[in-house]
Amino acid sequence: MAVSQLNGVKVWQRRDRAKQLKIWFGYFIAVTIFMVCWKYMSDRTIWIFVWDAPTQAIDIATRMVPPKWGYINSLWGVIWDTINIATLGTVIAIFLAVPTAFCAARNTTPSVRFVRPIALFIIVSSRSINSLIWALILVAILGPGVVAGIIAIGLRSIGFCAKLLYEAIEEIEPTQVEAITATGAGRLQVLAYGIVPQILPAFAGISVFRWDINIRESTILGYVGAGGIGLHLSASIDNLVWTQVSIILMVIIVTVIVSEWVSAKVRHSII
Amino acid sequence: MLRLDSLSKRYQTGDLALSNVTLEVPDSQVMALIGPSGAGKSTLIRCINRLVEPTEGTITLNGQELTSLNSSKLRLARRHMGMIFQEYALVERLSVMENVLSGRLGFVGFWRSYFRKFPQSDVDEAFRLLERVGLDHMVDKRADELSGGQRQRVGICRALIQDPNILLIDEPTASLDPKTSRQIMRLICELCKERKLSAIINIHDVMLAQMFAQRIVGLQMGEIVYDGPPNEITPDVLTKIYGEEDWEATIETVDEDDDENVDEPEQVKDEHHPGIDRDRMSGLT
Repeated sequence: MAVSQLNGVKVWQRRDRAKQLKIWFGYFIAVTIFMVCWKYMSDRTIWIFVWDAPTQAIDIATRMVPPKWGYINSLWGVIWDTINIATLGTVIAIFLAVPTAFCAARNTTPSVRFVRPIALFIIVSSRSINSLIWALILVAILGPGVVAGIIAIGLRSIGFCAKLLYEAIEEIEPTQVEAITATGAGRLQVLAYGIVPQILPAFAGISVFRWDINIRESTILGYVGAGGIGLHLSASIDNLVWTQVSIILMVIIVTVIVSEWVSAKVRHSII
Repeated sequence: MLRLDSLSKRYQTGDLALSNVTLEVPDSQVMALIGPSGAGKSTLIRCINRLVEPTEGTITLNGQELTSLNSSKLRLARRHMGMIFQEYALVERLSVMENVLSGRLGFVGFWRSYFRKFPQSDVDEAFRLLERVGLDHMVDKRADELSGGQRQRVGICRALIQDPNILLIDEPTASLDPKTSRQIMRLICELCKERKLSAIINIHDVMLAQMFAQRIVGLQMGEIVYDGPPNEITPDVLTKIYGEEDWEATIETVDEDDDENVDEPEQVKDEHHPGIDRDRMSGLT
């Protein structure tokens, strides 16, 4: 904010000139970097393949129809597995995320100096590794199967749930907690009466939201052998059975739509 | 009896909120604590139940020294101090009954309270209190469905169900309209009288303080600058507490409840308009 005198009149501008120029210069740099990168990428693209892309896409699309409807009967089992991977993974994640979140939130952590950094590290490490990578590692350790998928989903979700939950904990109304403390309630009672009711809507919202994301993530886990519908998808693509691929994609889309509907309903009824 | 002895509080930011406050509140006395914003009123009452840790000095309630208690003893001591808050501080998503019963948390084990299995005597008392404040038909409402005055009544019930020895009341009327403010203050004072409770009431509204309190203490910059009966509040006293301003119209002529100062001649000549008085005060605070 800059106020200056101009012919005896006080003029107000949002920023003074030097600051404004700096901002324009910043934009200029950003656009330049973008264009240089664009040039670099376009020089290294094999454009023949790109021009050919529409033809290829149409080719695959025509090979996908008509879908092989009968194939759907061999998918019920794996779609059930997929939903189970997502659900059980989410449940595991929530159980581990709740204590992590309470340790990570500045206002509830037992120790800001020791416990909080550990909790934050758990959150960051869980969030920074994709569930597909977790699954790859776990398949190597546990062998292929649904269990590896469940644990992979669980590990990936701890960080997500704990991060959103600890932010919700940090935003609670402190006077409600103060009031419960003032009655002489114990630590756990303050938690149960002063804090939990305040974060319950956020908690429910986060859990269903993550479950919904996990349904989508678990459809791919089969690719690395961690169970679920992904295994069939990869087999069908590898064998170029496009009529099966289309039916798998349809099943996935329907599952995801249903899960979104369920999570929207749950969130709506809780808030 | 509550006794504060040379109590001081310095916040980590370096602000001295209370400096060397010595104060005695006898049993069953309703004391109003007035003073400008930032004078240390909230700090003072929060020091008593140690929501704020005092830096120096001692606090004695009925012979028990409070500042040196360890956390479990402090918890036991807090059970006997009821607190009422400015923004009610009810747990918004819990029902009226749960909010009232939360006043008994210090007397009930964790699992009993977690599953809401409070002793029948507590539930009886909760019903009795809610009926006393006129909210017995609201038992199952969620706290965030109530109006301001109703919420404050629930807050009063939560404090009283503790069966406290003293009430600490932080700006009970600051978020309420003038009529509700009077009703709430009257209710608090009646209940204190019924139960022979002493109370410290932080309040911005000088007129309400004069109307309902037996004693007024004026706090300014963390120090007591006035301590006396409500009818001795003069423009000079208010100037000492709050600073220079035209105080004539603020001072209560005493019509309600207070009978001890009716016979005293008053400073206010013309009839006062409560609405106008409030405006004056709100400009100041």
